Amino acid sequence: MKEFLEGAASIARTVGLCRPGVISAYPITPQTHIVEELASLVANGKLKAEFINVESEHSAASCVLGAVATGVRAYSSTSSQGLLLMAEVLFNIAGLRLPVVMCCVNRAVSAPINIWNDQQDIVTLRDAGIILLFAENIQEACDLHIQAFKIAEDPQVMLPCIVNIDGYILSHGYEPVEFPNQELVDKFLPPYNPPYKLDINNPLTLGSLIGPEYYLETRYAIQETMNNEVKRKILDVAEEFTRIFSRKSFGLFEEYKIQDAETIFVSMGSIAGPIKDVVDELREKGQKVGFLRIITYRPFPSKEVGKILSNAKRVIVIDKSISLGSYGPLYQDVVNSVYINSQVDNQKNLPKVVGYICGLGGRDVYKEEIIEIYNDKEFEPAKFVSVKKENLDNFI
Amino acid sequence: MIDEKILFTSGHTACAGCAQALAARLVIDAAGKNTIVLNNTGCLEVFSTGYPYTSWRVPFLHSLFENAGAVASGVESALNYLGIKENVNVIAQAGDGGFADIGFQAFSGLWERGHDVLTICYDNEAYMNTGIQRSGTTPLGTNTTTSPVGKNSLGNLRWKKNLVEIALAHRCVYVATASVHMPVDLQNKVKKALKVKGPKFIHILSPCPLGWSSKPEDSIDVAKVAVETGFWPLVEFENGVLTKVKKFKELRPIEDYFKLQKRFSHLLKEEAKEVVEMWRQKVEENIKKYQLLEG
Repeated sequence: MKEFLEGAASIARTVGLCRPGVISAYPITPQTHIVEELASLVANGKLKAEFINVESEHSAASCVLGAVATGVRAYSSTSSQGLLLMAEVLFNIAGLRLPVVMCCVNRAVSAPINIWNDQQDIVTLRDAGIILLFAENIQEACDLHIQAFKIAEDPQVMLPCIVNIDGYILSHGYEPVEFPNQELVDKFLPPYNPPYKLDINNPLTLGSLIGPEYYLETRYAIQETMNNEVKRKILDVAEEFTRIFSRKSFGLFEEYKIQDAETIFVSMGSIAGPIKDVVDELREKGQKVGFLRIITYRPFPSKEVGKILSNAKRVIVIDKSISLGSYGPLYQDVVNSVYINSQVDNQKNLPKVVGYICGLGGRDVYKEEIIEIYNDKEFEPAKFVSVKKENLDNFI
Repeated sequence: MIDEKILFTSGHTACAGCAQALAARLVIDAAGKNTIVLNNTGCLEVFSTGYPYTSWRVPFLHSLFENAGAVASGVESALNYLGIKENVNVIAQAGDGGFADIGFQAFSGLWERGHDVLTICYDNEAYMNTGIQRSGTTPLGTNTTTSPVGKNSLGNLRWKKNLVEIALAHRCVYVATASVHMPVDLQNKVKKALKVKGPKFIHILSPCPLGWSSKPEDSIDVAKVAVETGFWPLVEFENGVLTKVKKFKELRPIEDYFKLQKRFSHLLKEEAKEVVEMWRQKVEENIKKYQLLEG
């Protein structure tokens, strides 16, 4: 039975079903409702967990680091500035190979301070060694949380995982959501049983000083794990999830009306809703258009994405963030994937890959704008959508 | 052969005469093997964990420069969740930079939340791991690489942060200072701290021959003189009440302390007499505050 519930509350309830032993977070808009709801579950005895009210996001990330290192499943969530304050710890968690699971409620980065949605916060951490998943809607945000623990905690993986949801759109939006029962979740997600931990009966030194003779191999190991075990595990877990919970989970990406498509949109997050609507409308008019929705942004499924897009004539990448001085982060990955695939397959006719930047700082993105993008015949690698010329006089 | 009772083994790469290495061994041997250690970045982690070796025979985690307080909070909470905290001590330790400066927020958070953790600051009074830069616990008049003595400078012109008072203000259940020249006293303080539940703090003065420009063979003597001049009072607070003080018939002149370390050599000159006077006032303040003199 579905329940009509807020995104943040839905995620909190789902996290509760995953039985974390330690939860630690620091309030930041628009993430706050998730931890308030979790605090309430603990306070009301509905979830047996230690809830640590810390004095900063840096400490929230450090608390869950310590808990997972002690062998206990732990959870945190944050947004924007909070994620950036955690950045140092998150790199450390990945390097220590600790499967912390978090939610990032994506929000613009200051200055100027802005509490509304874009994806600039998380893309700045794309190189950290964290598995990054993006949800389209509240149901998927919940489903990805359950899968995130299973993927991250696999003894062959042991890396942190962040589930990303668009701030407000998914965190504060309401949707009918289906929650699995506890028995099914327990069956799908056994208790955390790490291959190493802080244990007085088996003392280990974690976080050693490592010199030039070993450091490079630690990075190589993460890169290999990301590109092999993690990708495989994501697909296996999605398949198992679909089977056990009778609800489709895609894993690396979702292909939407992609067959025979000459133009393919690529994007991630909640903007998938309007893009799918536009694809439907254009298809009705006989246009050969499809949509590739990226769910797993790290590890980026480069090989698969390159192969799928090689059949198109035009690829339109829509980013909700910008690598200032370069292009949209997703655009960069897509261009890389298309080019690398062309080298592997010795392909001559590459699709034209265009990039659009939209929705920054919570600017709404309308269907009409996506149709305009579709009709735009110019080649632009990083074109800002709907820039208000009259606003530009205010800024350098 | 490794002595089973020694939990911090030899073979590490600390400098000759490093008092932090000695203090760390005294602490962990007193705490015993049922202890998890969280350590901020600093000399101790660098000289004791060079991969693939380790000196630690207890579970040990080094994460970052400033987060041992928070990592320890997570570890303690995880042990509570598992229901095994009663059997396991948690120690979060750092140098003075990692404790009093960059890592202070996390320790303040740990203390305020009341986690059952023993926090320890090994204080060598500057950033020694990066080459003797001034920290928030560098004493008045110290010559460091970022508070150098020069034509217009008599060194660091601030008094060190009073960590004991800061810990007391957080209502730590046990607060003490210790010195490596009194190893039994130091170990008794560790044992006493671990017997009570809640946040605990021990502040240990750790002479550093490299940073203090003292002779390696003098480290124990330097620590002893620091106490005997009244600069480093040995005190103990239980539940906020001063319960023990190391008292003296009379204190040695502060110059005895300066003479052992080149970081203070300029204080023996005429132009530094105002700074020395401020040191004397500080000692007077300690005498009154802790009743350092017998009778």
